[in-house]
Amino acid sequence: MFILSLYFFEQMLYNNYICIKWGAKGLEHYLDNSATTAVSAAAADKAYQVMTRLYGNPSSLHSMGMDAERELTQARAAVAAQLHASPAEITFTSGGTEANNLALFGAAYANMRVRRKIVISAVEHSSVLEAARRLEDEGFAVERIAPRPDGRIHPDDVAAAVDKNTALVSVMLVNNETGAVMPVADIFEAVKEKNPQTLCHTDAVQAFGKLDIKARSLGADCITVSGHKVHAPKGVGALWVKKGVRLIARQYGGEQERRLRPGTENLPGIAALGVACGEFDIAANGAAVTALNRYARERLTAIEGVTVNSPEAALPYVLSITAGRVRSETMLHFLAERGVYVSSGSACAKGKPSHVLQALGLSREQADSTLRVSFCKYNTVEDIDALCEGIAAGLRTLAHR
Amino acid sequence: MKEIILIKDGEIVLKGLNRRQFEDVLKKNIRIALHELGRFEITSAQSTITVKPLSEDIDLDEVCDRVGRVFGIVSYSRAALCEEKSMESVLATAPVYLEKQLRKAKTFKVEAKRSDKKFPLKSPEISRELGGVLLSKFPHLRVDVHHPDVTVTVEIRDYAAYVRADAIRGAGGIPVGTGGKAAVLISGGIDSPVAAYMMAKRGLKLTAIHFASPPYTSQRAEEKVVRLLQKVSRYATPMTMYTVPFTEIQEKLRDDCPEELFTIIMRRLMMQMAERIAKDNGCAALITGESLGQVASQTIGALGCTDEATDMVVFRPLIGMDKQEIIDISYKIDTYETSIEPYEDCCTVFTPKHPRTKPILKFVKAAQEQAGFEPLIEKALQNLKVTQIYPE
Repeated sequence: MFILSLYFFEQMLYNNYICIKWGAKGLEHYLDNSATTAVSAAAADKAYQVMTRLYGNPSSLHSMGMDAERELTQARAAVAAQLHASPAEITFTSGGTEANNLALFGAAYANMRVRRKIVISAVEHSSVLEAARRLEDEGFAVERIAPRPDGRIHPDDVAAAVDKNTALVSVMLVNNETGAVMPVADIFEAVKEKNPQTLCHTDAVQAFGKLDIKARSLGADCITVSGHKVHAPKGVGALWVKKGVRLIARQYGGEQERRLRPGTENLPGIAALGVACGEFDIAANGAAVTALNRYARERLTAIEGVTVNSPEAALPYVLSITAGRVRSETMLHFLAERGVYVSSGSACAKGKPSHVLQALGLSREQADSTLRVSFCKYNTVEDIDALCEGIAAGLRTLAHR
Repeated sequence: MKEIILIKDGEIVLKGLNRRQFEDVLKKNIRIALHELGRFEITSAQSTITVKPLSEDIDLDEVCDRVGRVFGIVSYSRAALCEEKSMESVLATAPVYLEKQLRKAKTFKVEAKRSDKKFPLKSPEISRELGGVLLSKFPHLRVDVHHPDVTVTVEIRDYAAYVRADAIRGAGGIPVGTGGKAAVLISGGIDSPVAAYMMAKRGLKLTAIHFASPPYTSQRAEEKVVRLLQKVSRYATPMTMYTVPFTEIQEKLRDDCPEELFTIIMRRLMMQMAERIAKDNGCAALITGESLGQVASQTIGALGCTDEATDMVVFRPLIGMDKQEIIDISYKIDTYETSIEPYEDCCTVFTPKHPRTKPILKFVKAAQEQAGFEPLIEKALQNLKVTQIYPE
């Protein structure tokens, strides 16, 4: 009885997410949710169940295989529902990077005999930038569109770069460093007007679960999403490919994922992603995070030397700030000692000055002192308070350049 | 067939009466290097150290790999131990043991080393007989005494007979520990691990000193240094690392010293603190990775100012080397990839815009004394963090 009540107590703690507030160092204020998120209790539980009980191979003909396949089907439907799309259009991958690579190479190779030009924005995630660089090495022409001073990509700039030779346009839905929301629907409309044959891809990793994404009304042909930014585990993502759009696979093997992405499915991850998608509450979470964001902006701008870089219209989940003239890496370690976790600029671009921030008009020095604070539904006002106190203390004690 | 490793020791042969002692250290270092691979019998006789595995399951490729990194070894080779010390046994062992190498080769020769003068056949006779047998077993082979693809060596020793192919070049140098102890200042860059490696090669046992400035430097920078030292200790044997908490001292530097002298005073403070740690640990010298002219703190004037801070001998094995030469060695000892990981180290915290390249000692000393670092140095030295480093 005692053990049972302990178990329920634990579950209760877990479900209230108290567990993720207490990490190895005591009280944690995790404000780096654009880097990755804590896996939700229900998603983690699903992954565990699949690993230990429903561990059949979805391709097996026996009943265990069928049970596993049912999980796969459910997850596919859950992801598709979040994109207002058909389950048959979802291809599971190992994450956002693989999905972006599949979209870029898949679209470029599918059309390479007739169209050999690719247009991307200059502020894409490195999995798009580097894939495009590789295609450039292979003889494709690549044009990179810079953002306007508001941090957004303008439809006219993209349309001007598209010609009859353009195979693919790729523009992210939400920027990972500033939270700027790109007018992707307008961009793709302008692109299709110029050349209906051109495929349109958007990397929606930072928007998934935060904006209501309607795949068709966005005008996209491919959409990338990722699991670990939405409280599912790392190692799972998906590419939505509009029915009728042909991509060339990047790897060869079995019949899984309509041969577009062969290999035995990462079912624990995929099933957990399905559960995480079921937990999305875009409106309620958005309202809560908007309130937090507003509170954070107010408190942070009250600290002398702190400026907010994210445009007012940006997605509230990401807040880019510049903290005095303290190097962001130093401030980051200082905050980490106090249990507050943030990123310097963007975690993927370790050490490189951010082109996104420079496009927003920040000097090199300012960009070098920029932190990215990113929220999730589990964050509270206390987390913001800890952040603000930490930054204020850091500015007082840490050396300026 | 029993396989063993024959090791020729190097410069230590020259050391006259100390030789015995040197050989003992070398044997100990070999034992440490092979420690967790299994049990071995390590003996020396006639300027050769013999490593005999005591169980069947020992991975001799890994043993050779490690022996190749022990300083004090000129060359080593794998050899088959003949079942008995007779010509019949040699003739039976060689074709079987060397089959793979001989099949791949086009030409060969046989060399005999007969240190046991009581063996009934003389060296040329051994060579001729074994050569004949090998030619009949491997008809594709030709004898070439000048440039053979494979040299088959027969060693007839007082206690046993061995058959082996070509020897492999060892790491050279002098056994670690026979030259005394020294402390190396290690930052996490490309240079200092190379400097540590080079001085260990000359027989020094190392202690490592690292300066950390959290939060200006990250925990990852310190972990990176640990990983670098683990690589270095594959050559330099296990060592102790001291991490000096340097934040307060650097902050005082920034607050109380002229900006253009930051770096030079910081280097002096590092040397002074390192000297004290070194002396406490029985070290007789300091080692740094400085290379003349590489950065502002490594000009002839700056090095003079740094040197004046300590009475200890300071070894700077990279002083006359180009960056590329240093990088080549770091590739060889496998530290390069780790060294270039982009974590800030304490040397780059608060770097002045225009550091003095020709500092005047008088002013540097005055500025340092005026700031008064002694209490903070005391405090830092009392809060050293100690980490034991073992080969990775």
